[in-house]
Amino acid sequence: MSKFKKKQDGGVPAINTASLPDIVFMLLFFFMVATVMRDSTLKIENKLPSASEVEKLEKKNLVMYIYVGKPSKNYKKQYGTEARIQLNDKFAEVSDIAAFIAAERADKREEERPFLITSLKVDKDANMGIVGDIKQELRKVNALKINYASIRDMSN
Amino acid sequence: MAKRAAPEVNAGSMADIAFLLLIFFLVTTTMEKDWGINRKLPPIEDSKENVIIKQKNIFTVLLNGKDQLQVEDELMQVKDLRAAAVEFLDNGGGTNADGEKCNYCKGKRNPKSSDHPDKAIISLKNERQTSYGFYISVQNELVGAYNVLRNRRALEIGPQKGFRRMDFLEMQKNSKPSSTWIGNKGKLKELISQIKLEYPMKLSEVQ
Repeated sequence: MSKFKKKQDGGVPAINTASLPDIVFMLLFFFMVATVMRDSTLKIENKLPSASEVEKLEKKNLVMYIYVGKPSKNYKKQYGTEARIQLNDKFAEVSDIAAFIAAERADKREEERPFLITSLKVDKDANMGIVGDIKQELRKVNALKINYASIRDMSN
Repeated sequence: MAKRAAPEVNAGSMADIAFLLLIFFLVTTTMEKDWGINRKLPPIEDSKENVIIKQKNIFTVLLNGKDQLQVEDELMQVKDLRAAAVEFLDNGGGTNADGEKCNYCKGKRNPKSSDHPDKAIISLKNERQTSYGFYISVQNELVGAYNVLRNRRALEIGPQKGFRRMDFLEMQKNSKPSSTWIGNKGKLKELISQIKLEYPMKLSEVQ
């Protein structure tokens, strides 16, 4: 009689699934952390132009977004078809930009303020008139670092 | 009263719940990174001193309201702009402010074009009716022209300083604090600022 009995044949042993929840939770936490919820809903058409010489925007919490474009369908009646500015969730005028920048600056810690970047998310069909006005306004409030948001073009 | 043990909670459905949440976050996640062309606006200066710049050191780029491009008084296609800008910047026909010749330029040394990369200025002017998409494509070509020259210079002097096969854009990427590149970042930053000095980005926009 041997101590080591031969394993009984018959069937594949069931896989232990006790650690499945752990694995799933791990994935879940990863995606929860990586998710960035959109903070403002766009009320304008926003098709960005494409460019090849682009750089990545590193620190997302130090970026102020200014959206420009034609009002989307639901807002056409109210706001017309000319390109408009959107700050946070509202349509705005060029003169509102100074207050917007001041508010964004007040939100940030003192040592972070010099690193703020303004990202201009402008629809490619908008004309340069409104963009020029925005740039002039940004110069007035000394927010000189800007970034023309564009889609990365890998073709060349 | 008899003490009864609390009944065990069945954890079998925990995986299902976790899956449900996981799928929700998978669907809502946008892993998009923001890309864009970084530029710096000129500060508003009160003193309106007129610096006299020789016409040959200015490369004028005009965009009209019909999305046409005019470079140095001639119509041009966007695809030719980068090469034209490189030729202008890299000309090195004269000397810089200190009276030094550009010894790293590979241009034609045409005395009628720019003197030195240090003096060469690209002036970009657009009309209010110019479309933003067109403006960005021109802006892209001009920034690209500087990158071409800086990349070339980086590949030239990089090996001497111990950075092989690394162009300027890669150097910039590697010098960031967040990059995982292993090497002397301080030395790399020094090299980057040297190249930036040799080919300074002087891209002025006329309002």
